[in-house]
Amino acid sequence: MSLRFQRLLFILLTLVIILSAVLLILYNTRENVSYFYTPSEIDKSDIIINKIIRIGGFIENNSFNKISSSSFKFKITDEKASILVTFKGILPDLFREGQGAVIEGAFIDKNIFNATNVFAKHDENYMPASIKEDLKDTGYWNKKYK
Amino acid sequence: MKFFVNPSKFNEMADYLFRPLLILSIILFAIGLLFSFYLSPDDYQQGSTVRIMYVHVPSAWLALLTYAIMTLYSILALAFRIPFGFIFNTAVAPIGAVFTLICIISGSLWGKPMWGTWWVWDARLTSVAILFIIYLIIIFMNLSFENRIVREKVVAIFILVGSVNLPIVKFSVDWWNTLHQPATISKLSKPSIDPSMMTPLIIMTFAFIMIGVAIAILRIKTEIISRKSYLS
Repeated sequence: MSLRFQRLLFILLTLVIILSAVLLILYNTRENVSYFYTPSEIDKSDIIINKIIRIGGFIENNSFNKISSSSFKFKITDEKASILVTFKGILPDLFREGQGAVIEGAFIDKNIFNATNVFAKHDENYMPASIKEDLKDTGYWNKKYK
Repeated sequence: MKFFVNPSKFNEMADYLFRPLLILSIILFAIGLLFSFYLSPDDYQQGSTVRIMYVHVPSAWLALLTYAIMTLYSILALAFRIPFGFIFNTAVAPIGAVFTLICIISGSLWGKPMWGTWWVWDARLTSVAILFIIYLIIIFMNLSFENRIVREKVVAIFILVGSVNLPIVKFSVDWWNTLHQPATISKLSKPSIDPSMMTPLIIMTFAFIMIGVAIAILRIKTEIISRKSYLS
């Protein structure tokens, strides 16, 4: 085994060990690394009132209610569980029913989540506006993109 | 292929390539920006804001690519005792840092209207911020140490250790819940982007690569000269 091959092996082995160490750390702290919980990950019996957390999901269809000009009520869902959310403030442009969103805030009781911040989540799909109209006209508009 | 590892061969090749590269990058930027601003359609829900992507995504790719190449050169330099690797790393680190900074700034400009916030500490954004800090540390390490032999080895080892961050940046959106959207373009599946938006993205990517290589050539040549005259 030549000297340079030994050095190469040593470097690669070190890299693999460091990488696996870092990945193990990240894997075991994944709950803290994740930016938000999904609604179904939240255990109803385990809710801590007034603890600030983030929940991510979709805005449930037909759940959005405007209480006043800056106060809103809607449900956030991941199709397995849904949570009732109240929010006072300005909603981002992309916010609408069916759209992904991440909300930050705390449960004020077992069933109502009071959001202090609402972020709209954008998905990985990019499509020209004109094609959306074409798809709608021909009836191929996929609800998933909404 | 000698010019990848041999300074004098590199100099010859660089003299040959520099002008064409510069002209090509200017042309590609002109076409790419024309496409990005005028010839590509608005997105169905982002509107005109989608045009930020044509700067954001290429700079993000190149920030990662630059670091990946630096990692390869570090291995070459340390394992195979090729000093050109050290020269390359010293010269190219600031270019990668600038790409990362462009990526972060354009991303924040996009995030404010779309997400409703400039910055969040989710896995993708945090790992890119760490990448930027790693680049800064490499630059500052290159400016410190009296002894060059010690310095370049320490820097190369640091680059290798920092390369652990690369897969984390790439896969952060798949491994954890993040506010940042997952990858649009990957090899395994059909890209979920329309061809009319893919065109400016590809042109801009090549424009960024060309200008990156052109600047790298200038910086590497400068580094070779300063080493020859014992300036560093």
